[in-house]
Parts: sequence; C-alpha cells; structure tokens
Amino acid sequence: MSTTALPTYEDVVARYEPVIGLETHVELGTNTKMFCGCPTGFGAEPNTQVCPVCLGLPGSLPVANKAAIEATIRIGLALNCSIADWCRFARKNYFYPDMPKNYQISQYDEPLCVDGWLDVEVDGELVRIGIERVHLEEDTGKTLHVGGATGRIHGATESLVDYNRAGIPLVEIVTKPIPGTGDRAPQVARAYVTELRDVIRSLGVSDVRMEQGSLRCDVNTSLTPVGQTEWGTRTETKNVNSLRSVERAVRAEMLRQASVLDTGGRIVQETRHFHEDSGDTTSGRSKETATDYRYFPEPDLVPLAPDAAWVAELKAALPELPRVHRKRLQEQWGLTDHDMQSVVNAGAVELIEQTIVAGTTPAGARKWWLGELARRANESGAELTALGVTPAHVAELQGLVDSGKLNDKLARTVLEAVAAGEGTPTEVMTAKGLGVVSDTGALTAAVDEAIAANPDIAAKVRDGKVAAAGALVGAVMKTTKGQADARTVRELILSRLGAQG
Amino acid sequence: MSELTGMTAAQLAGLIAAGDTSAVEVTRAHLDRIAGVDERVHAYLHVDADGALAAAQAVDTARAAGQPLGPLAGVPIAVKDVVTTKGVPTTAGSKILDGWRPPYDATIVARLRAAGMPILGKTNMDEFAMGSSTEYSAYGPTYNPWDLTRIPGGSGGGSAAAVAGYEAPLAIGTDTGGSIRQPGAVTGTVGAKPTYGGTSRYGLIAFSSSLDTPGPCARTVLDAAMLHEAIAGHDPRDSTSIPAAVPPVVEAARAGASGDLTGVRLGLVTQFATGEGVEPGVLAAFRDAVDALTKLGAEVVEVSCPHFDYALPAYYLIAPSECSSNLARYDGVRYGLRSGDDGNRSLEEVMSLTRDQGFGPEVKRRIMLGTYALSSGYYDAYYGQAQKVRTLITRDFTAAFEQVDVLISPTTPFVAFPLGARTADPYQMYLADLFTIPTNLYGGPAISVPCGLADGLPVGLQVMAPTMADDRMYRVAAALESAVGTLTPPEL
Amino acid sequence: MAAISREEVAHLARLSRLAVTEDELATFAGQLDVILQSVARIGEVAADDIPPTSHSVPLTNVLRDDVVVPGLDRDAALAAAPDAEDGRFRVPRILDEEV
Repeated sequence: MSTTALPTYEDVVARYEPVIGLETHVELGTNTKMFCGCPTGFGAEPNTQVCPVCLGLPGSLPVANKAAIEATIRIGLALNCSIADWCRFARKNYFYPDMPKNYQISQYDEPLCVDGWLDVEVDGELVRIGIERVHLEEDTGKTLHVGGATGRIHGATESLVDYNRAGIPLVEIVTKPIPGTGDRAPQVARAYVTELRDVIRSLGVSDVRMEQGSLRCDVNTSLTPVGQTEWGTRTETKNVNSLRSVERAVRAEMLRQASVLDTGGRIVQETRHFHEDSGDTTSGRSKETATDYRYFPEPDLVPLAPDAAWVAELKAALPELPRVHRKRLQEQWGLTDHDMQSVVNAGAVELIEQTIVAGTTPAGARKWWLGELARRANESGAELTALGVTPAHVAELQGLVDSGKLNDKLARTVLEAVAAGEGTPTEVMTAKGLGVVSDTGALTAAVDEAIAANPDIAAKVRDGKVAAAGALVGAVMKTTKGQADARTVRELILSRLGAQG
Repeated sequence: MSELTGMTAAQLAGLIAAGDTSAVEVTRAHLDRIAGVDERVHAYLHVDADGALAAAQAVDTARAAGQPLGPLAGVPIAVKDVVTTKGVPTTAGSKILDGWRPPYDATIVARLRAAGMPILGKTNMDEFAMGSSTEYSAYGPTYNPWDLTRIPGGSGGGSAAAVAGYEAPLAIGTDTGGSIRQPGAVTGTVGAKPTYGGTSRYGLIAFSSSLDTPGPCARTVLDAAMLHEAIAGHDPRDSTSIPAAVPPVVEAARAGASGDLTGVRLGLVTQFATGEGVEPGVLAAFRDAVDALTKLGAEVVEVSCPHFDYALPAYYLIAPSECSSNLARYDGVRYGLRSGDDGNRSLEEVMSLTRDQGFGPEVKRRIMLGTYALSSGYYDAYYGQAQKVRTLITRDFTAAFEQVDVLISPTTPFVAFPLGARTADPYQMYLADLFTIPTNLYGGPAISVPCGLADGLPVGLQVMAPTMADDRMYRVAAALESAVGTLTPPEL
Repeated sequence: MAAISREEVAHLARLSRLAVTEDELATFAGQLDVILQSVARIGEVAADDIPPTSHSVPLTNVLRDDVVVPGLDRDAALAAAPDAEDGRFRVPRILDEEV
C-alpha cells in the first residue's frame, strides 16, 4: 500500500458530496423478552434466563410481547411515522451460533412504522432527517471468542455462547438516505443519534445507553463526486459505540473513500469495523454479493393489526419532543443558547428540572449541578446521576442556605456527606452539628475574643476603616469552625466597635 | 391380542371407571402385547414401561380415593415421536436427535397426562414427518400389521400400526399433508386431522408450521373423537391456536352412530372422482362406501374444485420452504448430534458435517428444495405463487361448502404398497398425498375412516369439513362406520 | 422451467449447511429437477391479483402480557449440549464475522 498523504477534510468536501444513512438498534427495557416470558435483567449468570422458546428447542413457539409492540408504535409516532394497519413478522434466515433458530424473527417488507422524520439541530439550524422505517425484531445471544489476541473472531480457537440476551426485543430504526449535508455530515450524524436517543429516552421505553449496548448504531457513508448525479457506493460501518464515534466514523470513512476515489479506485460495498483507538475503519466481510436471507412471513405468529383508536390514544399521550422541551426550559430559565448548551452537555437538563420541581429556583439548581456536582462528576468519572445526590437533596440543601441555616461553604461539606450516603442534608447537618450559628449571644463571645486578640485591627475599625473588619470576621469564623454566619458576625463586630458598616 | 388389548378406548375407559379392571392391568396388557409383536411391527422407537405403569397406578389410586376421573382416565396411548415428552427420548425419526430428552412436555402431552392417560411410548415415523411410508425413518421402517411386507403409511406409520396391531388403543399423530389420514387408510384404522389451530403445536417438532396439525389415531370413530376432545383447545403458548371452544365431536360421533344421514349433502370432488391415478380396488371400495352413505339418507352431488389439481405442487413448495427454515436449528450447537468436531475443523464445517450425517436423503432434498423456492429471484415464481394457489384452493373449499355439508374422496390412491416400491422416485411417493393435501392448505378438518378392502388390504374414505366444523366430519364418519363396521387385521 | 444444475445444487447445499458429497450432488440434482418440473405447474394458474395466504387461521393480534414466566434452569438448558464450558455452549472456531 502506497503512502500517499490523505486529502484534507476541507479538500474532500469541496470535491465530494457525502450521503449518509444511519441504522440504529434500540434494546427495549421490557420486563420480558420479545417472544417468551424470560426476564431481561442484566448481569445474570450465563444461560440462566432462558427457556425452550428463546433457546429455539425443537417444538418451541414464539408469542409476541404486547409491551414491546406498544413501545415500538410509540417510537414510530414520536418519529412522525405512519403506523401499519396490518403487518406481519418475517423470518430472516442465516446461520450463526448466537441465533438459536438460525433465523431471526424480524420484519421485512411490512414494518410496523414507516415514512417519518426527525428534526435535529446542527449549528443552530434545523435539519430534517427522513425516517424510512421502524420495525421490531429479536436480539441474538452473546458469543465470547476465546484464544485469539483481541477477543475478536480472528485467531480464536473456540467460542462460548450465552443465550441470556437471545430474544431481547430490539427496535430497528432506519433513516432515509441523507444527502446535502456537505461538510457537516459527521455532525449531522451525531446530532441525529443524540436527538433520537433523547426522544426514545423521553418515552421511557429504553435506557438507550450506547456504552451499554442498549443503543447501537451503524453508519452508512458514500461519496458522490461534485457534479455527478448518481450516488456513490456506500459502505456500512459497525462498532460505533459512542456519539463521538458516530462523528469520527463518518469523517474517517469520508476521508478514506475520497483517497480511494482520488487514486482511481473503486469503493467496495462492504461492512467496515470502526476502531476507537485509531479512529479508522477496517474492512470486515465483503457485501459484494448481498446475503440472501430468504425472507418469508413468519408462520408461527399471526399478523399485527393495531387498533386505530389505540394508536390515536398513544399519539395523543406522547411527551413533548426533547428539543422542543429544552427550548421551553431555556426560555423559562432565562438562559442564553450558550448557557443552555452547557447544561445539555453536562447532561443536567432533567436533573435541574427535577430540582426545580422539588423547590429551588433555576439559578439555584444550576449553581449546584453545573458547579460543585459537575466538578465531582468529572473528578470521579461518574455520571451526574450516579453521584449519590438526588434533585430532592439539592433542593433541600439550597433551602437550608436560603434560610440561613447553612452558608455555601458549609453546604459543600454537607453535600460531600450526602454523596457518601450519610443521609439527607438536614440529617447530616444535625448529626454533624454543621448548622450556621446565628445566635448572637454565642457569637458575641467569639467576637469579643477576636477583638481582644487583635487590638490593632480593632483600632483601625474604630477609626473608620471598616474594611479592616474582614480580618476580624475571619478570626471569628476560625474559632467557630466556619459555622458562623459571616454577615451577622460582621454586623456584630461593627456594632461592638461602634462603627457604621 | 388379549381381551383387554382388543377393546376400544371407550370400552376400556368404562371398565376402569366401573372398577372392573385396573388401569395398571390395562397398561400391562398393552406392554405385554408390545413385547410380543413389536419386534416384527416396529411401531415403537421407545417404550416407557415405568412411566406408563406409574401413570396407571396414579389413576388407580385416584379412583380408589374417590376422586373424579376424566373420560379416558387409565386408557394408555402411544405418541408419535415428533412430539416432545419430558425426559423421554424424542427423535422425530432422525439421527440428528438421537438420544435427545426434551426438558419440557408438549401441551398436548401435558393434557394427556392431566387426563390420566399412561403414555406407553413413542412411535416410529418418517424423519421429521416427511414421507408417506415411514421408510424414511432413520431407525428402520415400521411394518403394516395387515401384511408385514408392506408399508403402514407415513409419516405417522408407527402410530397407525400400533393402533392397528393392538399395541395401543389410541395414538397421537400429526398431519401436515396427510400423515395421520393416509396411514389410517392403509392400516384400516381411523385417523383424524382437526382444524388447523384446533390442537396446540407447542412441543410439536416443526416440519411445516402453517400446516402441521396434531390429531387422534384410533380404531373407532368414537375413540378418535374422545381423544380429540382430550387434546384440543386453545393454548396461549401457540399463537396460531384457535381461541374458540372445541367443536362437539364426541356428541357428533355418537349421533352419527345412529346411522341416519338424512338431509346431509355429501360433495364428491369431481377432480378426485375421475379415477385417474387411483388403483381400481380403491376406487371400487370407495364407490361401495358412497352407496352405503346414500342408503343412510345422504345426498351425494358432484362438486368441482378446479384448483385441487394444483394442491400437490403448491404443497411441495410451501412445506419444504417452511421446513428448510424450521430445520436450520439442528446444527450441533445446543443439542443433538455433533459430528466431526476434531479440534481442527471450523464451526461451519462441523455444522455442515453434522447436518449431512444427521439428516436422511428425503429431508435433505426438501431442505434444498425449500431453500431454492425461497431464494431471491425464485421466491415469486415458487413460494409466492404457491401461497396464491393456497388462496385459490381455499376459495374452492368455501364455494364447495356453500353447496354441500362435507366433501368426500378416497383417502389415498393406493392401498399399502410393498416396502421399497416407491423409494426410487421421490415424486412417486408424493402422489400418496394427492387427496389429503388440499385440506391442509385450506386448514380445514378431515378424517379417514375404513370403508372396505381391496385385495385384502384396507381402503379409507376421507371426509372433509369446513374449518371449525370438525363435528360434521365425525358424524358422517361414524355413520359410515355403523354401516360397514370396523376392520380387523389377520393375527400377527 | 430450466433444469437445476449441479452447481446450483452445490450452492443450495452450502446455503443450508449440508456437506453434500459429489455422488449425492448428482443424485440430488436429478431428483430436484424432476420435482421442480412437476411443481412448476403452479405457474399455469393466473394469479396476479390473488392475495397470498400465509396463515389459514384468521387471527390477528395474539399477544402476551409483559410478565415474567419461569423458564429452564441452567442445568436443564445445558443438559443436551454436545459441548459446554463454564455454563456456556462451546463451539469450535467460527470463520464468518457476525453479519
């Protein structure tokens, strides 16, 4: 392979038009699998959440999960799709050890939802992404490849299969091809997956966590030389496991395809594998001859004919689109676009919302979640939601500050203890005796002590240098271990020294 | 056969209920019969003496304690080896499942157990229910009790032979293209295919999912009806299971036994009445039976079902297509045979070797045929077209049933043929299903009832009814039985 | 309809994971050819506007509630496994990447 330098990105997008497409799979968070009553919880010992149906034992038969169908319809409705009034499941036939029946029950030419769209915001502009279809299928089991260096298939001497995940309901969402994004193709791809994730999360039907595999994304990329009308050959890139990877994968493929085309080569229609570490894609299996899955209608399942009135009910009950919801919150909270983006980036929108519901002002909620708590999250690498601090805690804490029982510094100490699981803010404050002391009687003694210990400073204050009182305030704070209300202390000092503050 | 093994299920149930004999005695008598003749008949692949006796004992204990018993309590039964029985070997007649013990019971087996019916064992069959003679069993053929040099029909030859040879009063069979009815016809027994969806397929090892139907094998129409009621009914584990009540087949069988068919219109399928491809002896016996039915008061009219001529080709596209997919799971990974895993071969190679060694030639033929018919580029011409023919056949049935109450035909064109007579050319074997297949494509119920002999060998008459009208066919079958009687094979 | 060739039969065998031998190939090709010629008759029936039947029962919407039902314990699940290790089904090395 020659070592010609790759073209720059700017160069590539000047000469080629990218067309992208995204195929996402969402693991539904139902209690049971798609076609049997096996539980779906994580972390179980291998092959302990199985039954004759999901093991594909001879004689077993599937029965469709009602909650999974409802969830799929809701996803389709949220994506502005038409819901089929009659459709069937189909068998997708191919051999692989993680598929107990060596066919997957899926949908083929009769998906449950078709022809929708999702508007996503990229650089302040709305881009409309067409949705081709949303359909329902079953997930495969998990294969561990043993003996190879990387844990992947190449070089493995054997594989071990666990069918706990076989049969988990999976929703497949396929976009229509997305042309016309130009140099923003990678961002558009990322924005789409982000928004899709947020929409699905708002429906409460899935955790949609890419790092856990409950949201999986395959990216299709092709390049068309500027001026040509016929679209170029597309490749499919898998192993795209984060939002950042979505963006990087599109960009990497665009660059790679450009360099192939530039040297007169031909893009091979294939599946490629994205590598997190290098940001490159490598060739997987060739899709020159597309696999013939010999689809036919699933004879063991009867057709689905969703009742129109029921679908209308589901549509009416859809929550606000996350994007619209965020705009509304931004207005309510009086934030600039930039500040709102910070909130979104920190993953704090919902948390702040809930904290406000629990009784704080938007500013108060933001202060904690984007301040102290964000800092802690960054330090420990944990998510904001995993810090051991709830919106209710934060609201309570801020309430204590507002009522003067805590100052900011004390509040941070209390917060640490709350995060450590020691109780609610009030409980911690009481147990550790961290409340602000504002009883003037007790404070007077401390004030007099400080004045006596610092006669020079006291003299300056008596002379009218009111600012010098700060040092005395500091001294009092020290003796009271920070539990005095600074303002009260200052007032006391000034009145003691007969000065006006 | 002993006194007990020569009785009908209804008679045995009555004796047991009355305390005139015990369930254990009845089961023992049948186990003795099996021990005496099955070496020559080879109806059984596995006999579960301990299990059967334990179940029989439980019935006797319940009876002694004054507990209420079901209508067939204590009556033993054989089960075609395509139906899962927990802990008891289930092979589907194939090497690929040699020794497999299912971890669960099929729904119909659970119902048999709940009915207090001891399961004597599993019967022989064409591999994965594909065949019309039981010669495709990987464990050797079954022999017809009427003439041990001849086939007992298929795919459920074991169940029919067990019943015909008094090795069981009742048996479970499964019918996809005639696999209960045709063996019934060539062994002189009653074989019924319920309406598709009328009996649960959960636990039935799938051959062709949209056609497979479990059903009863017996020596009398009433016995078949009683077994039908014991196993039929909705099953939430089977999505294609019909939620309606079981048609009143026992009542209909009893009513039919009075021999009065006044007002009943029987449709003779024109396309099947030509005699083309049908042995003269079969045709003669059939015509005599039609005369008998007329004498009972029935009116016989000819009904044209023009698309029935396309039923056989449509079936031999649909069934292999579904089977090519249903049999994909047999790959040596989770259960059953695994061949060639020598530490060097890849999984793909091991799978291919396993399947090549584990499946017989008829199964392989049909898998490849089905794979072909579903291939992109061929789907529309083959599988797609066959599904349309299915619609046309259904329309023929619907139109026919506006004119008549039931349709009748010979069950199968030939009497029991000698072993080896039709294995050289697969298509010659397929012709045995000529008359039974249409109703499978439609999904309606049909029954074969003995109607006479041809050259000393049994001939069956088939009655076909509209979907969910299973009772209608039992009535007509019972009436015919009352006129011609049951057939008894020569002593084994 | 065209006859089915040995190559096509070999392709079908590969697709269905059947390690068919050379002798078997020849025999199967001949037999499948006869069968295909016989079933090709269904093309005679004009059926353009006829809807296909995939199910003979006129049922729709057979669904089950999202409630856990006990399944098999691990021993039962692995009992018939030709090869198992650490609670998992063991298979020899896989050549194909997952689709």
